[in-house]
Amino acid sequence: MDYKPTIGLEIHVELKTESKMFCACKNMQTSVSKNTNGHELEEPNTVVCPVCMGFPGTLPVINKKAVEYVLETALALNCQISGFSKFDRKNYFYPDLPKGYQISQYDLPLARSGFLNLSKSKKIRIRRIHLEEDTGKLIHPEGEDYSLVDFNRAGVPLMEIVTEPDIELAKEAGKFCRVLQLILRYLKVSNADMEKGEMRCEVNISLQNEKRKTKNVKLGTKVEIKNLNSFRAVEGAIKHEIKRQTKVLNKGEKIIQETRGWDANEEVTIPQRIKEEAQDYRYFPEPDLPPLKIDKSWVLKLKSEIPELPHLKQERFIKEYNLTRAQAKILVANKDLGDYFERVISETKAWLEARKDLGKGARARTIKLASNWILSNLQNLLKDSQIKVPQCKISPENFAEFIEMLHEQKISSTGGQKVLLEMFKTGKDPSHIIEEKNLAQVGDRAVLGSIVDKAIKENDVAVGDFKKGKIQALKFLVGQVMRESKGRANPQVVEKILRERLK
Amino acid sequence: MRLNELTIHEAHAKLSKKEISSEELTEACLETIDKKDKSIFAFITKIPDQALKQAKEIDEKISHGEKVGPLAGIPVAIKDNMCIDGVKTTAGSKMLENFISPYDATVIKKLREAGAIFLGKTNMDEFAMGSSTENSYLGPTKNPHDLERVPGGSSGGSAASVASNETIYALGSDTGGSIRQPASFCGVIGLKPTYSRVSRFGLIAMASSLDQIGPITKDVEDASLVLNAISGKDKLDSTSSVGVEVDFRKSLVPDIRDVKIGIPKEYFAKGIDLKVKKMVQAAIDKLESLGAKIRKISLPHTEYALACYYIIMPSEISANLARYDGIKFGYSAPEDALLDVYLRSRGQGFGDEVRRRIMLGTFTLSAGYWEAYYLKAQKVRTLIRKDFDQAFKKVDVIITPTSPTVAFKIGEKVIDPLTMYLSDMYTVSANLAGIPGISIPCGFVKTQKDKMLPVGLQILGKHFDEEMILRVAYTYEQNTR
Repeated sequence: MDYKPTIGLEIHVELKTESKMFCACKNMQTSVSKNTNGHELEEPNTVVCPVCMGFPGTLPVINKKAVEYVLETALALNCQISGFSKFDRKNYFYPDLPKGYQISQYDLPLARSGFLNLSKSKKIRIRRIHLEEDTGKLIHPEGEDYSLVDFNRAGVPLMEIVTEPDIELAKEAGKFCRVLQLILRYLKVSNADMEKGEMRCEVNISLQNEKRKTKNVKLGTKVEIKNLNSFRAVEGAIKHEIKRQTKVLNKGEKIIQETRGWDANEEVTIPQRIKEEAQDYRYFPEPDLPPLKIDKSWVLKLKSEIPELPHLKQERFIKEYNLTRAQAKILVANKDLGDYFERVISETKAWLEARKDLGKGARARTIKLASNWILSNLQNLLKDSQIKVPQCKISPENFAEFIEMLHEQKISSTGGQKVLLEMFKTGKDPSHIIEEKNLAQVGDRAVLGSIVDKAIKENDVAVGDFKKGKIQALKFLVGQVMRESKGRANPQVVEKILRERLK
Repeated sequence: MRLNELTIHEAHAKLSKKEISSEELTEACLETIDKKDKSIFAFITKIPDQALKQAKEIDEKISHGEKVGPLAGIPVAIKDNMCIDGVKTTAGSKMLENFISPYDATVIKKLREAGAIFLGKTNMDEFAMGSSTENSYLGPTKNPHDLERVPGGSSGGSAASVASNETIYALGSDTGGSIRQPASFCGVIGLKPTYSRVSRFGLIAMASSLDQIGPITKDVEDASLVLNAISGKDKLDSTSSVGVEVDFRKSLVPDIRDVKIGIPKEYFAKGIDLKVKKMVQAAIDKLESLGAKIRKISLPHTEYALACYYIIMPSEISANLARYDGIKFGYSAPEDALLDVYLRSRGQGFGDEVRRRIMLGTFTLSAGYWEAYYLKAQKVRTLIRKDFDQAFKKVDVIITPTSPTVAFKIGEKVIDPLTMYLSDMYTVSANLAGIPGISIPCGFVKTQKDKMLPVGLQILGKHFDEEMILRVAYTYEQNTR
């Protein structure tokens, strides 16, 4: 029997503010040194103060930037911003929770009722977005009978985004997370790296019998899956859970309301804790913080500062630069690369202005050259050397100059590869490299003429073939000239001379 | 007159004229503590070495001709729920018996900058929960007027230290009357400022929406001087108010001929000791004779105040005291399992009254009861606030007894918490409404054993109108010396 899955997501995002949510301590995500694996180098319990440790007598002070980051996210997700909001205490005991309560938001979150379009036909509604503080971390040393607590993360601002149960497929959930991650990165509110716990996803899933579906039938029993720390885990857990629940239901058994975890090795969800009843968190308004009044002018100001969002940028790239959808997608997904591309294009503006003689299609040709060279050659170089765009030694100005030289046929495509590699290694500008390495394209008929003559002399067979009408033979002869010139000859000029000589 | 008996302004005058040194003044207080505190037990922690060092520094300044502020070089006692960097801060609890604060409370920082000399930390009901200081883990404080009686609470140590001249003045905290009631029992001045006037940063929280720090002093002028020093917006306390900077000394004008005083009938009904009622009535007559207009008023929701207070306060306590879990600081029971660490640390670290209130608050915030208790209490709180708003449209201050009785005997009420709670019936409303109130002595009641026990007069004012209550208090004081 087939069952229809109903899936909702709860996503926690650590915000990239300078300081923690309620005190002046540094925020681990932005300020703490990390090694190449992204692991914190900070000693446990060193990025703490009496406030985030919950010492007697301390009081919280709201980090305004964190509120702004949530509001920006809410605007990007088409939410309604609350004019009046407040913080509440969520009471529970756990060793990683310094105060015995978490400052969170209960009935008046900062934003509600938004949506995110995954495609033209699929819209995921956002129920609410609120702001709270992160907890510390528990460490369980292997083989020991004790646990350790590290409060460095305690008090880092944490945004919770809750969707409506509009998701029906594992890949929709994955896509939602990816699109959201990209938006968060565009907004610069979080690095949203799931592996580092900067973005954490919880899945709520229930299965419903398709045939018995009527308006009155309640949804199936809800199962919560926690601790999903990659897109793969989100999709895998949902896929497995649909299979597992289908099997249980087909046996005529009941689904238990519970919290499950994800075993990435076995690719199965595993039971963690049975939820007999909702835990009573005894929420009440945080008396140490005044309510938040969010006036319209503040929201309008934030709205005006929101950068171009990924989906709009993608459409613009297609329209403005005549890129294919696939090309635009790559440049949008890798924001740094997209920005680099646009800077290169803008650097060519003055040159195009000056070279009106290049004709009507000059701009389009330049863009095409730039997008091709960036998306294939440059991206490959970056990938091979594991360098990120911001660390790339080639400045956009130099890259633009390089494109211009290709356009003006000052270098050939073959020579271009050599020049680019040299630019990538040294950061030098292309004209110097061409000079130094003698890579300028040769279009001089006198110079090329003698090489052509030599090629004709040494390749009787090919010459004969061409005269018999074999066009392939001409290509071969051009190739010979190119080789002889070490790739510097302008192939179009060479072909022209060949045709003249072999008439 | 002994130096330790001086008021702040008297001591300041003598220090400025170099008639005395801060060191002498501090020594006088320390000697009195040595002599009297064995029987009174006002201090939990004494820091004589630090005090004398601070005193010498101030003397140095004065000897160099530097002009010092009104609190410089003058000893103060601090209730043991305010954090002083590097000093033990117990809140009167086993839970924090060995807790040394790593930072200064904002009031401490302000007093430090003003050159105050910290003598030590005073005894209090555990986590400020109580009206007699009998709930202190470290033992009860005695009333200097009668050692068989309580000094009131929870700032009993502070009030007793001032009344016994062990210090020149003290700081207390007031959640439901904890400055005013002990001031009344000990015959000194106790001022609870408007909620938010004084930063709570570094005050170990009892009930965050009610707690307020204030001075306990020997006269009204001193109260105004201390309030000047400790009030003001603090960026570390988001609930502290911006308020215009006021020099409260300017309100010390002995003239109340334009003042309208409201007498709420609900505060003179059942439960009040007739002798207390008589003294308070005499004080009201005195004020009338000094030109004030007396108006009978009603605060109709008064009868719900105590019930409302005993829902909101424990609710906040249940969360505020959750941090004492045996994990990071304070008492930790050596158990293997996490749940046992929680249960034993809290079960053994907290006293009866604290556990009682945590349980009450946990219940009133629970799903299914929240609306009936917490939410309803918040609504009642609004009504109580409105009562005062209405009343203050007609009068400038409201006068009541501070407590329905004089100081009671040690052990008399501690077995019956409900009777103890009634001791705060006249004071809790001001906390619920957030308005300022002061308790000043208005006479004595003679006991069967011929002890003279002070009676307190409570003067309540509008939000941020401490000036008016100080003016009325000052006028009464100047005319009854």
